[in-house]
Amino acid sequence: MNDPSTNSPKPKIVVDRLNAWFKTAHVLHDVTLSIPALSVTAIIGPSGCGKSTFLRCLNRMHELTPGARAEGTLRLDGQDLLARGVDAVHLRRRVGMVFQRPNPFPTMSIFDNVASGLRLNGIGGDHQAIVERCLRHAALWDEVKDRLKGAPSSLSGGQQQRLCIARALAVEPEVLLMDEPASALDPIATAKIEDLIHELRQRYTIAIVTHNMQQAARVSDTTAFFYMGELVEAGATEQIFTNPRVQRTEDYVTGKFG
Amino acid sequence: MMRLHLRNAVNVAATIACGATVLIAMAPLASVLWLVVSRGAAGLSLDFFTHLPTPVGEPGGGVGNAIAGTAYLVGLACLFGLPVGIGAGVYLAERGDGRLGHAIRFTAEVLSGVPSIVIGIVAYGLLVVPMRRFSALAGGIALAILMVPMLARTTEELVRLVPRSLREASLALGVHEWKTSLSVVLRTALGGIVTAVLLAISRAAGETAPLLFTALNNQYWNAKPDQPTASLTVQIYNYAISPYEDWHQKAWTAALVLLLLVGSLNLAARLFTRGRLRDAR
Amino acid sequence: MAPAHTDKQYEQELKDLRDLLLGMGGKVEAAIAASVRSITERDAELAQRVRASDVEVNRLEVEVDGACRRILALRQPAASDLRFITTALKIVTDLERMGDLAVNIADRAVDLAQAPPLRPMHDLASLADLSESQLRKALDAFVEKDVLKAEEVMKGDDLLDALYLKIFNDLLAIMMEDSRTIRRATSLMFAAKHLERFGDHAMNLAEMVIYMVRGTDVRHPRSRAVPE
Repeated sequence: MNDPSTNSPKPKIVVDRLNAWFKTAHVLHDVTLSIPALSVTAIIGPSGCGKSTFLRCLNRMHELTPGARAEGTLRLDGQDLLARGVDAVHLRRRVGMVFQRPNPFPTMSIFDNVASGLRLNGIGGDHQAIVERCLRHAALWDEVKDRLKGAPSSLSGGQQQRLCIARALAVEPEVLLMDEPASALDPIATAKIEDLIHELRQRYTIAIVTHNMQQAARVSDTTAFFYMGELVEAGATEQIFTNPRVQRTEDYVTGKFG
Repeated sequence: MMRLHLRNAVNVAATIACGATVLIAMAPLASVLWLVVSRGAAGLSLDFFTHLPTPVGEPGGGVGNAIAGTAYLVGLACLFGLPVGIGAGVYLAERGDGRLGHAIRFTAEVLSGVPSIVIGIVAYGLLVVPMRRFSALAGGIALAILMVPMLARTTEELVRLVPRSLREASLALGVHEWKTSLSVVLRTALGGIVTAVLLAISRAAGETAPLLFTALNNQYWNAKPDQPTASLTVQIYNYAISPYEDWHQKAWTAALVLLLLVGSLNLAARLFTRGRLRDAR
Repeated sequence: MAPAHTDKQYEQELKDLRDLLLGMGGKVEAAIAASVRSITERDAELAQRVRASDVEVNRLEVEVDGACRRILALRQPAASDLRFITTALKIVTDLERMGDLAVNIADRAVDLAQAPPLRPMHDLASLADLSESQLRKALDAFVEKDVLKAEEVMKGDDLLDALYLKIFNDLLAIMMEDSRTIRRATSLMFAAKHLERFGDHAMNLAEMVIYMVRGTDVRHPRSRAVPE
């Protein structure tokens, strides 16, 4: 529907008429949206509106669900991701993902967790330096530098989530997708994650799905509002929260949804 | 007040009844242990573990070859059974919801219900007859067939227990699906699988019937797969049905050795699990 | 009809705030009418009553501010609700100032009641009517979310300013003619000025209503930065 006319950052991901199905259920209808580079785009909407499905289409994780299908155009830096012959596995190294519940690998140490993306993909290089860099970027280095060999279960929920972020950063993605990254965390841990997102946007393009409108307002530059599988409105976050153009957006944002 | 007393009395009576049933249930186990230990201990010696069996009447001798034979047979069984069993388990967990998966699962269920002697006969027909000889290989494969269903079912359950989120985390890093299955999923389930393997081994080590027509027995050391091999279980059988008193004694002692072997494998499995649980906390 | 907030209590809080503001507006309307009548009818007692009633207006300002703060803290209002609250915070200040202006006019009335009347009393009454109707129209625009009415208020301010200028010049002429009238004339001049200021506040109110409804800030067009 609407394209945010964000002038300066050029779009990193351009979605054009994306449709998605789970078996026979048509879950995304003609979604057209630009995600600007090096900025944070929040995706909001009520439960079941398709925002997580949309996010998972961006790194083709939707394909893992049996019976899932997507059609349309999805361009990353101009390259069509849904075209035949595009390697989904390779794509996921460019477009990383962080999930709702922190999911560090339990049988690996903290160090090994961060390095897992490198090791499992056979990427060489100075793993020591890369792990430290990623832990610093994830604002976790100071808290774990003395116990890199320890188990992730010894970390708090917020720390585990930052560990997962560090792990995702290790393979040097260009885009970071976050599916409600703070919804399982307490307010202080949430604030740390939001602060981290603010730092990360200087180097990565970030798309974050959140059911918490205030979080979207705090954290993002652009906001896209989904309802029943359709993109209702997308625009600068300030505009969406002070003066949205579409009545339905207004109703959602002010809490008038029945 | 009366109700309270009555309830207390019922409580105590029920507790006593439960305790009694536990004792009754433990009685056979206790009697087995008692019998085996008391009768078998007499024959225990270092020689018993290391020497070959002697003809009847001659003093000394041992079951060294039988112990080695059991180890050899179980080793062969693992060689064939572990990859198939664990592999099938992983397949069933990851992709087993289709027709093929259901077929495999059904087969495993049926197979686990087949009496072990029947499996022995099957192995006889499949291997002993064409090879025209009894062999350790046939025995190993018979034991493998026994281990596979158990391993497959347990592995499937353990792998299914691995949360989907770990799989997704690995895939989101751009790791191939097969690599995710092996390096992440399997690795996470490894502890449970090791325990399952130990238990499968201890079961295989205690089987007699499948070995009767496949590995037969051997009075000497054997390291060749195409020759018959001794095993503790068959040796116990042979000693026990013989009319000789000193062989009966040897049977008890060999039984004690087998019990110790199986018991320590079980214990190892338990300790391994507890150790992992402690680490996970 | 626009859907209501899912949270009924929130819906009620917003309605209560609106009612408070309208109540305050009504009191200010009555005050300005009474204060000018106290001049034209030379009623010192009415003037006193106007002074007394301002206490209530001030109390309402505090109450409205408190209600707005509470809603901001507890409800994190967004979009139109946010614009409503920020508008409420601003217009309550304007309304309180308008109440003070009515008191100022009433003070002039006490002065003027003791002396014989001057000619421009008639024009003053017209100016008062105009100011009062500006406020009324602005409040209507606020309640009905009517941008057209608000725009009328903004245009009406020119007429108001013109009438004030006429009164000012008339009074100046009178003073130059006869220096004994200076005291009374300056009193009237002040009263007229207060009414003109009253009208300006009504216009502020209208500008805020336009922002509240449309989401565009139309104030101070000449000092605006170049739009992005």
